[in-house]
Amino acid sequence: MQVDRKLLEHVAEIARLKLSEEEIKKFMPQLKEALEFFSQLKEVNTDNVKPSFQPVELKNAMREDKEMECLSQDDALSLTEHKKDGYFKGPRAV
Amino acid sequence: MRIKEFISKIKNQGIDIIEHTEKVIEECKEINKDHNYFNVISEDLALEQANEIKKQLKNKDKRIKNKKLLGVAISVKDSICVKGIESSAGSKILQGYKPLFDAFVIQRIKEEGGVIIGKTSQDEFGFGSFSVNVGIGFKIPKNPIDKERSCGGSSGGAAGITKKADFPHIALGESTGGSIAEPASFCDVFGLCPTYGRVSRYGLIDFGNSLDKIGTLGRTIEDTALLMSVISGYDKEDSTSLNVENENYQSYLKKSIKGMRVGVIKEAFGNGVQREVEKNVYNGIGELEEEGAEAEEISLELPIKYGIASYYMIGASEASTNLAKYCGMRYGATEKLECSFNEYFTKVRGNNLGDEAKRRIILGTFARMSGHRDAYYIKAMKVRTLMIQEYKKAFKKFDALVSPTVPILPPKFSEIEKLTPMQNYLMDVMLVGPNVCGLPHLNVPVGYEKNLPVGMLLIGDHLQEGKLLQLGRVFEGKNI
Repeated sequence: MQVDRKLLEHVAEIARLKLSEEEIKKFMPQLKEALEFFSQLKEVNTDNVKPSFQPVELKNAMREDKEMECLSQDDALSLTEHKKDGYFKGPRAV
Repeated sequence: MRIKEFISKIKNQGIDIIEHTEKVIEECKEINKDHNYFNVISEDLALEQANEIKKQLKNKDKRIKNKKLLGVAISVKDSICVKGIESSAGSKILQGYKPLFDAFVIQRIKEEGGVIIGKTSQDEFGFGSFSVNVGIGFKIPKNPIDKERSCGGSSGGAAGITKKADFPHIALGESTGGSIAEPASFCDVFGLCPTYGRVSRYGLIDFGNSLDKIGTLGRTIEDTALLMSVISGYDKEDSTSLNVENENYQSYLKKSIKGMRVGVIKEAFGNGVQREVEKNVYNGIGELEEEGAEAEEISLELPIKYGIASYYMIGASEASTNLAKYCGMRYGATEKLECSFNEYFTKVRGNNLGDEAKRRIILGTFARMSGHRDAYYIKAMKVRTLMIQEYKKAFKKFDALVSPTVPILPPKFSEIEKLTPMQNYLMDVMLVGPNVCGLPHLNVPVGYEKNLPVGMLLIGDHLQEGKLLQLGRVFEGKNI
C-alpha cells in the first residue's frame, strides 16, 4: 500500500479536514503503519462469507407512520449563533 | 455504606437528601482538582433533583416507595446526552452543546430517583484506550491509585470516580471497542458492557453505530448489576434496540456457580502478556474453580489474531461517517461565516478536532473509498461473521470465556507517550473480539501486583449478562 502525501491530502479533502504541514508529516508514517497492519485481514479466507453489518440479527425495525410532535423551530435554532429569520444561516454555497 | 442501606436511610429520612447531595458535589469538586474525572459537575441539576426527592418524601408521595436509585449519585460519561447539561463527548467541536433532550438511559435513571452529578472525562468521542486522547482544551483523568498512571479509556473519568468516590455512586460508561472493561480494570472496579442492543443508544453521541454499547461501572458487582437492571430494556426510539424481556440482574448474584463451565482462551496468555497479569488471572480462574466452576482451555484463533484489524476498520469507517455531521452550523463550535461552503466546514473541523479524531476520520474515509472498500471495510465485516461463528461454537460448550482484560498493568503517562498509534491500538487485543461481536463482557478485579490492580475479563453469549454476574460475584469485595 503506497501511503504518500498525495493520497493523504486527497482523503483529507474528501473528509473535509484541513491538515497543517506538521500534521501531514506526523500522520503519514502513522497511517502507513496502521494500514499495513490492517492488511493482514487479507490472510483470512472469506469466500462465500456474508458481511455482518450488525453483530446481532436484527429485522427491519419500522415505526408507525404517524404524525408526532417534533422539535420546535425555536428550540432547533437555540444552539447556534448562525441564524436568520427562523432559518439556519450557512456559509456561501456558490 | 452499601447502596441498599443508603436508599432505605433516604426513605426513612435518616439521611437528609439535600445535605447529602451538597456534600457529594463538594467532594466531586475536591477530587476533580487533581484527578480530572469530570468535564462538567452538574451541581444545579443534582440539587434540583434532591429538592424534588425531599418534596416527595415530605408529601409521603407513594411513587417514592419502589424507586431503585433514590438519591444515589450517578455520573454520566460525557458522550451520553443529559438535557440542559453540556455534553461534548470530550470534543472541542461540541463544546457548549447543551442537549434539548435526555438519553433513554438518563430518562430511566431520573425515573428511578438517581441524582445526576456530572459528565465524566473521556478520550475524544471514545477514540482511545488511555483517556489521553482528550479533545483540545480538555484535561486527562489520572489513575486513582497512582496519579502518574492512566485510568484507562475511553471511559476513564467514569472508572476513576467510581474508585475514588466514598459516597454511594454508580457510573454510566460506554464501550465501542473495550472502553468500559479496560478502565474498570485499570481502576480496580467492576465494569459491565452489555450485549449490543440490550441498552438503548438513543441520546448517545455515536462513535460506531454497530459497535456502541452503554454500560455500567460500580465499586461492587451489586451496584453494577443494579444500574444495568435500570437502564436495559427495549426502546422504540432506537431501531437496533432488542425487544426482549427486562431482567433483574441482581437476582443472579445469589445463584451458585457450581457446575458452570468456563473456557480459558488459550491465545490470550503467553506472548505479549505481562507475567504479573497472567499470574493474577490464573489465580482468579482458580477461585472460580474453588467455588465449583469447571475451567478448561479453549483455542479461539480469530478474535485475538484478527480482532484488532477488524475492529479498527469497522470502528474508523463508522466514526468517519458519524463525525461528518459536525460542520459548525447547527450546534457546537462555529467560525465566522466569511468563506465558501467547503472552506467553512474544513476550517471548523480542522480547528476543533483533535489528532486521534483526525486519524480515525482519515482511516475510515480511506477504508470506505471506492477501490479500497471491498479490501478493508467489507472484508472486516466478513471477518466479523467468522468471529461470531467461532464464539457461538465455544458457547455451545461454555457458559463464559475468560482472559486478562488488558495485557499490561496500568502504564505511566511517560510510557504511553512513547507508543505509536498502532502500538496504542494493540492494547485492546483482549477486548475487541467481544466488542465487534456484540457480546456482553465484564471486568472483575482479581488482585494486586506491585500495588497496581489486575482485571480479569469474562465474556458471555448474547444476552447472557446474568451468567457473567453470577460468576463475577465470586470477586465481590476483593477490591475494597
